[in-house]
Amino acid sequence: MRQCLDDEMKILVPTKRVPSTDEGVRIRPDGSGIEDTALVYIINPFDAIALEEALHIREQRGSEVEVTAVSIGNADFDSELRTALAMGADRAVRVDFEGAIDPWSVAQVLAAVVRREKPDLVLMGKQAVDDDSNQAGQMLAGLLNWPQATFASKIEFVDPARLSVARETDRGLETVIVRLPAVVTTDLRLNEPRYASLPALMKAKKRPIEMISHRDLGVSPEPKVRIVHLEQIAIDRVCVRVADAAELVHRLRYEAKVI
Amino acid sequence: MSILVVAEHDGKHLRPGSCSALTVARDLAAHSGERVELLVIGSGLDSVAADAARFAPVIVVDHPLLANATADRYAQTIADVTNAREAGSIVANSTTFAKDILPRASALLNAAMAGDVTGYSFVNGELLLRRPMYAGAAMATVALTGQPLVITVRASAFPAAQPLVQPGERIVWSVNGSTLPNYSEYVGLESRPTLRPELTEARVVVSGGRPFRTGEEFEKYVGRLADVLNGAAGCTRALVDAGIAPNEWQVGQTGKVVAPQLYVALGISGAVQHLAGMKNSRVVVAVNSDPEAPMFSIATYGLVGDVRQIVPELIRELGQ
Repeated sequence: MRQCLDDEMKILVPTKRVPSTDEGVRIRPDGSGIEDTALVYIINPFDAIALEEALHIREQRGSEVEVTAVSIGNADFDSELRTALAMGADRAVRVDFEGAIDPWSVAQVLAAVVRREKPDLVLMGKQAVDDDSNQAGQMLAGLLNWPQATFASKIEFVDPARLSVARETDRGLETVIVRLPAVVTTDLRLNEPRYASLPALMKAKKRPIEMISHRDLGVSPEPKVRIVHLEQIAIDRVCVRVADAAELVHRLRYEAKVI
Repeated sequence: MSILVVAEHDGKHLRPGSCSALTVARDLAAHSGERVELLVIGSGLDSVAADAARFAPVIVVDHPLLANATADRYAQTIADVTNAREAGSIVANSTTFAKDILPRASALLNAAMAGDVTGYSFVNGELLLRRPMYAGAAMATVALTGQPLVITVRASAFPAAQPLVQPGERIVWSVNGSTLPNYSEYVGLESRPTLRPELTEARVVVSGGRPFRTGEEFEKYVGRLADVLNGAAGCTRALVDAGIAPNEWQVGQTGKVVAPQLYVALGISGAVQHLAGMKNSRVVVAVNSDPEAPMFSIATYGLVGDVRQIVPELIRELGQ
């Protein structure tokens, strides 16, 4: 078993570029994808939480902790990697890739990056807010045969080689202890990610982004999930405004018949 | 060949959501001619196995090292059983249990996976699955490559399966504990006890938002109305963040996704992340002091006013 010593630790943080969904997204009328004009792209919010946690661990444990942000995509993805550098990541790596990618192929590529970078910990978001899959971290842990702790809302070191992770589950808050190296996926309440300051963003523009071709990693990701069609979900309810509680109860009883 | 339904249980009974997963499995099996089997994993499973056998033949994996659902051991067990039974599909209810374990099992099986499936169809013999994306703004139709297929389904989108006339057989699967992974250690579970139905299984859900500033206030209004309606109590992310309600009560894109017959939103403005968790409810009631709140735009019935005044009136009216 590998020991993770106090004075050297590598954390890999996969950061996915996603469209911000705060204002909702529009689907192209032909169902081929989303309308990408005027979209704002961001680091997947759950990945930003993972990055914040990695930076927090480095601040607690000293500068010998190295935090590497990694992303899989074309040159457009550099802008979110620069945000990661501006937030405080030590290095940024982009696996150059063009085309459709699914959680399975993400896990394949990340497994190859892990074999090359040899991190002690992979910290990543529990899901990306574009496809909402919630799979890549678990698949990565399975491919690497590493322990996993998903949906983390608290992460603490028990000793240099073990983490205690509080997990948000449907039944409540579950605590597990995992041995490093491990994959931990992050939930909303783990922390509040810091903002990248403007000077830091300006500085990050000059910093290098290491580019690897997926061929150099020895993987050619072939998605197993093919999106055939996308359509906008429309809610066709027309709200009936009621005057008071009595009218509401009457309508629920005799019109909607749900009570 | 078989279709395996990975059962979720409470140590005594199947969870109702597993019966919805079973409905999907039975229907897929009707197309493929495969046999449906329930896979029950845990420790001390006699009563769960008996309950499960009412619905399908059961593969029982009973071992002290499987007492808690740790992803490494469960995923390995699911992969082993899948290989041995030559299962063509694995189906489960989409809960944090399945979301934690099944993607890992997929990786071990080199299998494609689709989560949160709400519908499906066969087109020219190919299975097409429907699942929401972009916080529920879009419905994607996806096809999976290869076999086995791993699918988690939203229980609220499918009816619960009925028991068989004759109980299914029970097949005991023996495990060699020394071959199970030992990477993680289960410490414990902390949950707020509640006598109300589980959110994702309830016919009525009453949820509260920002107007409720303490746990007592939440109980007095949201909890009481939920109890009068025999429903579950839910909340927005803001209330969990503020420590007013526990995480497992959160409805939304990253919390629980519910689709009850009746959803009552008390003082919830209606951020897209919350709407993603409830907009497929059959009837939505919005009560809010802000007449412009986005929740009204997706509600069946809207009532503008102060929830503190309206909830006691509702409780009084319901009692009549």
